[in-house]
Amino acid sequence: MIASGITTSGRAIPSYRANGIKVLWLFAMVAGLGLLLTLSVAVGTRYVGWADIMAALGGKVDSIDQAAVAVRIPRTLLAGLAGASLGLAGAIMQGVTRNPLADPGILGVNLGASLAVVIGVAWFNIASADAYIWTAVLGAGVSAVFVYTIGSLGRGGATPLKLALAGVATSVAFSSMVLAVVLPRADIAGGIRSWQVGGVGGVTFSAIAHALPFLVAGFALCLISARKLNSLALGDELAAGLGERVAVARAVAAFGAILLCGATTAICGPIGFVGLVVPHICRLLVGVDHRWLLPFSALAGACLLLAADIVGRIIARPNELEVGIVTAFVGAPFFIWIVRRQRVRDL
Amino acid sequence: MTLSSPIDIVIHGRRSRAGRRRMVIVLLLGLIVALVAMTLMLGQNYTAPGDVLRVLLGQDVTGAAFAVGQLRLPRAVLSLLAGLSFGMGGAAFQIMLRNPLASPDIIGINLGASAAAVFAIVILQLNGPAVSIFAVTAELGVALAIYALSFRNGVAGTRLILVGIGVAAMLESFIAYTLSRAPAWNLQEAMRWLSGSVNGAQIGQAVPVLLALAVFGGLLLSRARDLDTLKLGDDTAAALGTNIALTRVIVMVAAVGIIAVATAVTGPISFVAFLSGSIAARMLGGNGSLLIPSALVGAVLVLLGDYVGQFLLPGRYPVGVVTGALGAPYLIYLIIRLNRSGGSL
Repeated sequence: MIASGITTSGRAIPSYRANGIKVLWLFAMVAGLGLLLTLSVAVGTRYVGWADIMAALGGKVDSIDQAAVAVRIPRTLLAGLAGASLGLAGAIMQGVTRNPLADPGILGVNLGASLAVVIGVAWFNIASADAYIWTAVLGAGVSAVFVYTIGSLGRGGATPLKLALAGVATSVAFSSMVLAVVLPRADIAGGIRSWQVGGVGGVTFSAIAHALPFLVAGFALCLISARKLNSLALGDELAAGLGERVAVARAVAAFGAILLCGATTAICGPIGFVGLVVPHICRLLVGVDHRWLLPFSALAGACLLLAADIVGRIIARPNELEVGIVTAFVGAPFFIWIVRRQRVRDL
Repeated sequence: MTLSSPIDIVIHGRRSRAGRRRMVIVLLLGLIVALVAMTLMLGQNYTAPGDVLRVLLGQDVTGAAFAVGQLRLPRAVLSLLAGLSFGMGGAAFQIMLRNPLASPDIIGINLGASAAAVFAIVILQLNGPAVSIFAVTAELGVALAIYALSFRNGVAGTRLILVGIGVAAMLESFIAYTLSRAPAWNLQEAMRWLSGSVNGAQIGQAVPVLLALAVFGGLLLSRARDLDTLKLGDDTAAALGTNIALTRVIVMVAAVGIIAVATAVTGPISFVAFLSGSIAARMLGGNGSLLIPSALVGAVLVLLGDYVGQFLLPGRYPVGVVTGALGAPYLIYLIIRLNRSGGSL
């Protein structure tokens, strides 16, 4: 099954990796994820002993230490889920647009979701967690379509530069609008920063439970698109020649990515650059076959966001740093590196 | 009687272009005077022009002295100066890099000053001129860093813009981080550094901005002619006798300086630098140097944006939110137009 898939598209794309190496990386990644999950529960602004950690994992909240750990558990879960969503969504977007700079943050999708939620809260009195998520997904979808349309006008289609500029312009426009909606309303203005910088702190299990159906649907749609994305990578004409319905394949994959971004942003706020960095690193590790790349991006995204969250908790003691700030510091230099690597003609 | 000679045509063309330029400048000056007068006279309540004049002359007018002298005058002066600075600095960058998108607020140079000012105020607890100096130095550093990072067999405009976008993202999160460490998370202050505002302006703050405008603005104007030849491309400019490297360095330092000092006081007022140059170019239709008209357009934008944000909208907004909401659609329009025409982008 796998072998036949590789022979259809393998010759056109080099840098396929031997399966042994890929399996090795898979084990390493899973081990890393396990380690980070443990660390995320164990390490924080407050030092807690192992006995208390084990007690808290067992459900006890008798002391302050145990309560602190109990707060870290949903947070760890969310960081893992959000990271996996963003990593996977980034890989999908780079595959769908065939653009190395595509990322939910750069394409303005995250801020579109933010804006939709803010408008919903301010003008339509949405309050339930489900309504939040639906609104965010709607906003994410509208802004993704908008940015892609602007970016692909004219000759050459959606080049990295055009897409990035369209995304940045849209993001700036949306963040002005977020401010314009939020500022006069003292009741939601206090949380203004949470609409500009994403974080995973202070989350509850019930919020995660509300987002879970969206995330599951998103993961499913993205993962079943893997084979189609492999065909798309050969170019639209060739993919159509291989019997792929190009537009449908694109739309399904993009919808999955938008579900993931929208739901994630509804709970965490905008977190940038995870979707940019992760697929690039994963391509170095396992090559360009999307059937490996997509699950790997999800795993690596979870690892990255967990690590960023842990670093954010340690680095600014006794305060903590939102995870969105940490990812921007890691991701922006990476973005610059990719830009420098490209030839000018390809930008 | 023959057709007018080529020389006559040139002379006529020159006259009509100079006439249009003069008309645009007079129009903009008139607008600025009207907007300043409006800012001084209208507030929560109306003050008669006579009373405003008397307050300006230093007399004590009951009921107006505080509102006009302490609240409205600093606001008007600071809006005016900041607008002039952003307009001129932005236009200088756009002309030098030959790209309307290469304005300092899009490629992240503005945020360098903003980040430095926040750092100086919150962490180092500096104030006054020290903040300005800090902001200028940091902004120059950021500008050089962006330039150096996009250097690879020469600087390509597209790479510069993309690198700038990356740097901007980092600086934004640095600002967010620093603000989160501020003793009291003050929304007013936060707004100033996120999008720019002239709320709570004091007349003393105008001094560094005015000085920077005089020094760096003068420097820019003295290079206006060389800057114009750069529009024709580096090779042509060199052939016309412009020292390209020297002009670039001077223009860069002056434009960065002028913008950094204004940013250290008002924060990065969104898109004024980007909009001014484009609007001025549209008004002039390519006649003569853009520097002064752009500066005037910048002043109009800030004064108008502040007035609209304060009084014409439900709720009160800082000027940066208004100019941001105005500028972002224009930026999108510009990108659509450039993409359609298949231009250099």
